This record gives sequence, C-alpha cells and structure tokens, in this order.
Amino acid sequence: MRRLAPMLLAALAIMAAACEKKTQPAPSGEGGTQSPGQSSNTGATPPPAADTILLGQVGALSGGQATFGISQRNGIELAIKEANAAGGVNGKKLAIRVYDNQSKPEEAAQAVTRLITQDKVVLILGDVASSNSLAMADKAQAAGVPMITPSSTNVTVTQKGDYIFRVCFIDPFQGYVMAKFARDDLKLKQVAVLTDNKSAYSIDLANVFKQKFTEMGGKLVAEQSYSQGDTDYRAQLTAIKKAQPDGIYVPGYYSEVGVIARQAREVGLKVPLMGGDGWDSATLFELGGSAVEGNYFSNHYSPDNPDPRTQKFIADYKAEYKSVPDALAALGYDAARVAIEALKRSKDLTGPSVRDAIAQTKDFPGVAGTITLDDKRNAVKSAVILKVADGKTQYVTTINP
Amino acid sequence: MAQLLQHLINGLASGTIYALVALGYTMVYGVLKLINFAHGDVMMVGVYMGYATAFALGREARASLLGVAVVFAVAMLGCALFGFLIERFAYRPLREKPRLTALITAIGISFALSYGFQLDIGFLPGASPRAFPEIITPTEWLIIGDRDVVVWNWQVISLLIAVGLMVGLQYLVFGTRFGRAMRAVSWDHRVAALMGIPTDRVIALTFMLSSALAAGAGLLYAIKDTSVSPLMGLYVGLKAFVAAVIGGIGHVPGAVVGALVLGLVEEFVVGYAASTWRDAVAFGFLILVLLVKPGGLFGRVAAEKV
Repeated sequence: MRRLAPMLLAALAIMAAACEKKTQPAPSGEGGTQSPGQSSNTGATPPPAADTILLGQVGALSGGQATFGISQRNGIELAIKEANAAGGVNGKKLAIRVYDNQSKPEEAAQAVTRLITQDKVVLILGDVASSNSLAMADKAQAAGVPMITPSSTNVTVTQKGDYIFRVCFIDPFQGYVMAKFARDDLKLKQVAVLTDNKSAYSIDLANVFKQKFTEMGGKLVAEQSYSQGDTDYRAQLTAIKKAQPDGIYVPGYYSEVGVIARQAREVGLKVPLMGGDGWDSATLFELGGSAVEGNYFSNHYSPDNPDPRTQKFIADYKAEYKSVPDALAALGYDAARVAIEALKRSKDLTGPSVRDAIAQTKDFPGVAGTITLDDKRNAVKSAVILKVADGKTQYVTTINP
Repeated sequence: MAQLLQHLINGLASGTIYALVALGYTMVYGVLKLINFAHGDVMMVGVYMGYATAFALGREARASLLGVAVVFAVAMLGCALFGFLIERFAYRPLREKPRLTALITAIGISFALSYGFQLDIGFLPGASPRAFPEIITPTEWLIIGDRDVVVWNWQVISLLIAVGLMVGLQYLVFGTRFGRAMRAVSWDHRVAALMGIPTDRVIALTFMLSSALAAGAGLLYAIKDTSVSPLMGLYVGLKAFVAAVIGGIGHVPGAVVGALVLGLVEEFVVGYAASTWRDAVAFGFLILVLLVKPGGLFGRVAAEKV
C-alpha cells in the first residue's frame, strides 16, 4: 500500500501524456486523400504532380466537433469538384489533402506542419473550432503559407499574422447580435450565462454578450461554467434556476448544448436558451429532443434564404451528400471558392502572391453572404437569428454589422 | 433549503454511479494488484451494447419493465464476456511479468477502445455523441413546492438498481464460496493456489463480475445523462478510479463511500462555489487524502514484505 501513491501518480502522468501527444496526426479514415485524380491514401505521400495544385485541409473529423469537420470537408470538396469540372485553375487541376485533428488543437498543429513540410501545399483551409485554428495559424504564418479558416470566429485567429484569413464574421459580432436580439426582440431583463470554460470560442461570445447586454440596460444574474465532455449540468442549472433569469445564454457546442437543454427542462427552467453558431448540427436535435424547441441561436446562413445562389448550392449539395447543408458546409464551400478565385488571380503559386490575391477579395458572391475582406483579414457580413421549432431551424431575422 | 436538497439528490445520483464503477476497480485491484485503466472503457462498451439492444427492441418494448430488464441483462452479460476476453488474452499472458507491464497494457486497451469506437465502420458507433433511447419514460415522482425540488422516477429506479447491485455484490463477496475464494486470492494468490483454489478461474470471474457491474453503472449513467459517446469511459473511469483510491483501493465498502463523497463534493462545489473549480477540488481532495492517509480512507498501510 505504501508504494501505491507514487505508482498511481506515475500511471496518471502516463495517461495524461498519452492524451496530450501522439507522434503523428492520423490521416482521416475515409479522406486521407480527397483528390478526384488520386486514388491512393496510404501512409507515404506522393509529391503533387506538376499539373495539379495541392491544397490542404485540417478538420475535426472525429471527436466532439466531428459533424462540423465533416460538413466543412463536404463543402470544400464540392467547391473543388465544381472548379475541376469547370477546367481547374489556369489549366491545372486542384487536389486536396485532408487530415483529421480529432477535435484537438495539438493534433491540429501537427497536421498542419505535416501539410506544410511533407505535402508542400499551396494553401491551407480549416478548421471550424477557433482553438484548433489558432494552433494551426502559428505554423502557417511561420511557414508563410496562406490559410483561410471557413468558420473560426475567434478574433485572435487572424491576428496571428498577414497570411491568415477568414470568410466568416468574428465572435464579438455574434455576442453583440444575440445581446441585441435578447434586449430588442425578446425584451429580456435579466439573463444567466453558462460558458464552456475549455473553449476560447465560448468564453469570447459570453464576454461580449455580457458586456453588450448590460450596456443595453439588461442585468446579469448568474454565471456558471462547464467543461467540454461533461454530461451532467444539473448542479449548474439548479444554481441558475435559483437566480430566476428570463433567459440563458449558452454559447457552447451542440454536443453539450443538446444535453444542457434537456436537463434545463428537467430541473424546471422554462426560459429560452440562446447560443451561437456552435449549435448548428443535426446532433443537437438528436441529443436535445423536444427540449431544444423554442430556443434561439445566431448563425452565418439559413437554408431558408431564397437567394438563388444559396438555393443552387443547397440543390448541388443535396445531390452529392443527400442532406441539407448546414452553415459549416456553406462556409467551407465559400472558403474554398474564395481560395480558388484567388489562385486564379494570383500571378504565381508562391505564398506572398497567393496571400496578396486573397487579401484583394471584394464583394465575393458567397452562398452564406457577400464577402469582403477588411484590412484585418476578416469578412464583413451580416448574421441571422434562427429559432428551433418543429425539429428544425426557422429563420427569424437578420442583424447587420 | 430546497436548493440544498436538490443538490443532495443530484450528488447522490452521480455518487452511486461512480460507486458501481469504483467497485470494479477495487475488486480487480484486490485480486491482481492491477489498476485496470480500461475499466471505464469496458463500461462504455457495455453502454453501446445496451444502446444496440434498446434499438433492436423498438420504442414500445424497451419502455416496459421487461424491456429494461432485457437491456440490462444483455449489456451486463455481454460485458462480462468482453471482460473475460480482455483478461484471458491481454492480462493473463502478462501475469508473471512486472506489474508495470500489465498497467501499460491496460492503458493501451483503454485507448484502443475509446478511439476504436470512434470509427464509423460496421457495428462501431462513430465519433458523434448519441442520445440514449428512453428505456424509462421520465415522469416526476415527487415535487416539493413550486417545482423547487423535483425527483424523477428514473432517479429512484436508478438508486434502487444501484443499491441492489451493491447488496448483491456484498453477499457474493462475503457470503459465498466464490467470495471466500476471491478474498483468499486477494490475500495471497500463491498460498491460495497451494490450498487448491483455482486462482485463474477466480481472477477471470472477478473480471467478469467487475465488467458486468461496469455495464450496469454505464446504463444508469446513460439513463441519467441521456448522451453517450466513445470517450465517456475515460472521464467516468477516471472519476471512479479517484473514488476507489479515496476509499482505499481494494476495500469494497471503501469504494462506495469514496464515490458518494466524491459525487457530493463535486455537486456542492459547482452549486455553491464556482463550476470551474469542480475538477480541481475533486483531484485536490484525492491528493489530500493520499497525504494524510496514504492507503485511502479505509485502506490499511501494509508493511512491505522483503
């Protein structure tokens, strides 16, 4: 027994180490190589053929954000397929190599290094979660390889340097949008905030929401947090219930939010929950069931948007993947198309030329809104508020910057 | 006051589940001096067995008393077999090797299961969390005040099942010939073997028993939190392991007490202090116990035999 304590600590240390590091990012199961022209996706990486332009993607294809990564990959894949069908980029075909980051920043950093040093990609797309994109941005910036994140909304991502771009809005905007909606449309007086304290995204949205909501004359009555992967939120919700809020802001990811919604109803909280684009997944409905009904979240796009560009994309996507594209798919598609347009305009395929070409993107007709990149390399565009009702999301209103 | 009562109910609910998992750690440690780090993942496998069974039964059949019994029986028996296979093919060949070898193997199995189950091939469920089907239709069992305190039927049923399993285990360990053999092996397996006790069989049965308990605990967990995922075992397993160590690993009632204490500590930290401190306090508590009583609350510090 006396020997037990050191042994336990050693074992825990080994487990922790095994959790944190693995030597190689695993290529995704079905998507090691996604290029239409190449069939092999086994370990060794062949150099890109002279008449192909190789792009790289790092995405969460497994782990807690898996549906995000998969949607994003589908959107990117569709854009590349269409571009190749239309003749590629200046006579060259496009190919993409996809690596899974298991929803973990450290895996994302390794995967992006591999794309840069081994695969020598021209440009990098990814990821959804800001924590992963931040880890990738450091490597891409240091190597001078342009990177476009389709949907990482954390402010600091593009602050990593002049090679990092995004085609979505930033977190302060989402926090602002929901605070404005909660005050002006829902007329809420006092709210509680429940944050995922393991996610930069969640903390950011919550901070901006808290600040804007109080500036607009509202009151914050309770603040609680949880960690990604938790499944029991009754303690937090019981404490929130005691503070009697009119609404609860839960800017987390769908895996947790679905369960939170269910348990909120269970402990007797009937007020609406509000969130951000992290809710956008069919899994939310599966996990939350009827409890997610009547709640609101801000998002990049709505499939109900009658715009012909959006509707054509939805039809094409449905034909390819047999499902309605979510916002992550739409943004993945937009990011890939912005990248392809920039490659067409770029005078050569070196990092600086491609970067300059991306930076000039202006009034680009994306399927999730018109994209203009500002001098901070962020997209300026509006957000939509969606309501969950009858097992799907309904468009409520658009809020402009 | 009402809030306190609600927190108490919540804390007990997670505590009893930790207890069932912790019992598995403690029993295996008792007979093998092995910390079976794959235990939480065996639980996860059991949960997915129950998940598949519940789906196979269909919406009507699974919500009946018989349905619940079938789901539990399939998951627990299936998991017992699974535990047997792990012991037979992963641990038994390493029986005479240094203890660390078996420990590393356990960690390896743990990762193989939790990441293998994230694949989306054949029967494997894939990475996304799934909603566990409602095998007990939730209804309020007791409401105090204006919904100040709500006790649900599944909370009561879970508690009864957990207590039932624990009482059954207590009887098995202290009231049967097999239990006596198990305690003898845990005391000294060489001497037990000399006395004619089939140690290999006792160890295999212990593994099966602990795996079946884990499956039961996992199902209660899935009923409670409704969301199941391949990584759930790592998290619950770690918490239950901490509970077993707090109680004194190898000590059966100790595991239960440790688990209840841990469940309540976690709940009250979140409810009355800050939710961010929950894990820090839980693991800090473990360190404190190990400093003051290195053998855990109920464990005895044995003199090393030279």
